[in-house]
Amino acid sequence: MAKVKHHREPLFHIVKRDDMVWWQAWLVRIATIVISVFLMGLLSKMLTEKSLLETFEIMYRGVFGRIETGSTVMLWKYLQEIAILLCLALALTPAFKMKFWNCGAEGQALIGGFASMICMIELGKTLSYPVLLAVIAVTSMLAGALWGLIPAVFKALFNTNETLFTLMMNYIATQIIAYYVYLKGGGSNIIQPVAEGNLPTIGGNRYLVNILVVALLTVFVYVYLKYSKHGYEISVVGESQNTARYIGINVKKVIIRTMAISGALCGVAGMLLVAGTDHSINTNTVGGQGFTAIMVSWLGQFNPFIMVFMTGLICFLRLGAGKVADTCMLNSAFADIVVGIVILCVVGCEFLIRYSIKFRHGKKEVKA
Amino acid sequence: MITQFICRAILLGVPLLYGSTGEIITEKSGHLNLGIPGIMYVGAISGVIGAFLYEGAAAGAMNGVLAVLIPFICAVVGSILMGLIYSFLTVTLRANQNVTGLAITTFGIGLGNFFGGSLVKLTSSDLPSIALTKTSAFFSVKLPFADSLGAVGEILFSHDFLTYLAIIIAVLASFVLNKTRVGLNLRSVGENPATADAAGINVTKYKYLATCAGSAIAGLGGLQYVMSYANGVWSNNAFGDRGWMAIALVIFALWKPSFAIFGSFVFGALCNANNYIQGLGTETQELFKMLPYVVTIVVLIITSMRKKREHQPPASLGISYFREDR
Repeated sequence: MAKVKHHREPLFHIVKRDDMVWWQAWLVRIATIVISVFLMGLLSKMLTEKSLLETFEIMYRGVFGRIETGSTVMLWKYLQEIAILLCLALALTPAFKMKFWNCGAEGQALIGGFASMICMIELGKTLSYPVLLAVIAVTSMLAGALWGLIPAVFKALFNTNETLFTLMMNYIATQIIAYYVYLKGGGSNIIQPVAEGNLPTIGGNRYLVNILVVALLTVFVYVYLKYSKHGYEISVVGESQNTARYIGINVKKVIIRTMAISGALCGVAGMLLVAGTDHSINTNTVGGQGFTAIMVSWLGQFNPFIMVFMTGLICFLRLGAGKVADTCMLNSAFADIVVGIVILCVVGCEFLIRYSIKFRHGKKEVKA
Repeated sequence: MITQFICRAILLGVPLLYGSTGEIITEKSGHLNLGIPGIMYVGAISGVIGAFLYEGAAAGAMNGVLAVLIPFICAVVGSILMGLIYSFLTVTLRANQNVTGLAITTFGIGLGNFFGGSLVKLTSSDLPSIALTKTSAFFSVKLPFADSLGAVGEILFSHDFLTYLAIIIAVLASFVLNKTRVGLNLRSVGENPATADAAGINVTKYKYLATCAGSAIAGLGGLQYVMSYANGVWSNNAFGDRGWMAIALVIFALWKPSFAIFGSFVFGALCNANNYIQGLGTETQELFKMLPYVVTIVVLIITSMRKKREHQPPASLGISYFREDR
């Protein structure tokens, strides 16, 4: 802020704006992304002595592989990463739209995956394959929903701070998994991949089911939020709880119901990770993606289709930067730095979309 | 053994105390800084970089004062820079605090692990890994009379100076928040920034100062971990989720730095209890490690049920302030 002298107007002041057309807003966002990616390029140039173009080429190869030679392994890996991150972000979106800051996707997904794992180990040999899959799907959704419900009930009844509550639930989930891994791993701290109850492979591709499930979920969440009565109730509660009460919405019920759905969808992500990808579990199965998903959901303005784009971008940066670090023998945490920089820039650029800066005298208006 | 247990609890508790004192000061200005875990990593790695460069430059002839001062200043500067990024985004640009905080955490942990993992290569140094045992030795200089006083001496006087500094900072923070005009203003900013603004308090200045001061303090927690707990040896991700535990401790301490002193040692004890209870299997030990989080949740629920006004979080926590909003 400008220094205010007592007898003078400040040099500039900030006003809210709502006149920015959607394409202008997107121009700002895309420009920011381009700038931040160049920042990243400069950073890697400083660290690796590779030129910008070389860096981007390594990133491109790291994500898409050598498609011209017919190898699609890298591409499928990329799509799989998108599917999982997108699934978590989709799961968080109903809760966020209600202004319920669910920071517990990590734990909810872990517990969902935990439920899948138990079913695979304990029931894998006794149930027939289709029944087993159904049991896995239902239990992991229920487990995720339960993990989401605990903070939601306390929020609804006593207005307990949900951000901190859900955060703590993550670590309880982590410790439960750690306990279970020691128990089942027989001291080796690793559960060997289980052959029973794996999600089916379609056309020899092990990731395709995950991708299809998440594609369906994307449409489901979009329709649910935009066209259903529940979606309407969620947005009213998010905008103003008093208004919601005034028009006869049972706020407590909406909070609890929405968090059950949010948790259940996180449980689906856990199932996709355990039954669909790893066929095993450890404390790092979700690997911090629950937190990245929070940022994705918010950056995607709670719109599932924009979130597809955002996850695509973030997964590209993560895989690509990982490849750059790999090629240049740097630590793989380089990817986290890159993702961090880009997200911070995009978060910052929202300011230009929502506010404009007016200079003194009101004549020179700067379009931000 | 009890003496050892208590000493260990204190050693484990000190990073949490730094982190939570910093977070309390930040939260008192109405900003929920979820970037603290990242900032603590940055504090740790900045200190490590400073110490690494100094050890390389001094080559054996190290000056004790400099060996402590350089990492200390580096840690403070590094964490303040992170705090500045956070406060620029959330105070000036009014970005969402949760998202910004989480991005800072991703970024900070990335920075820590990246430099921790690549420092040797980037500086093309002769050292095989980051083991700053010499610097660490200067950090853990103990009071001379600690050994001669038996168990009491060991519990009270056997710690490194960063432990005492943590307690001093927490007591000072408690005093400033509750007994001075600055503290009163800061609390009013966190409770209701519009009212504070109307009363002529520079809300932006207070928010910036509180966030940066909080970050600097939290960063020292990372430094203490590397230099005292880990004996100057950096290994990636070793700091773990202590940053989140520090945020949990803020709730446990009911937003009071003086409670945080006690709370941090309780947390340290809870983290460590599994090693001292006889006859636990490895798997049950893992269950015991969730104790601090369960206790935090219980405290969170009880305070929200009792609705005592002095035990609540700052009223406008997590909400950006824009003067022209109605």
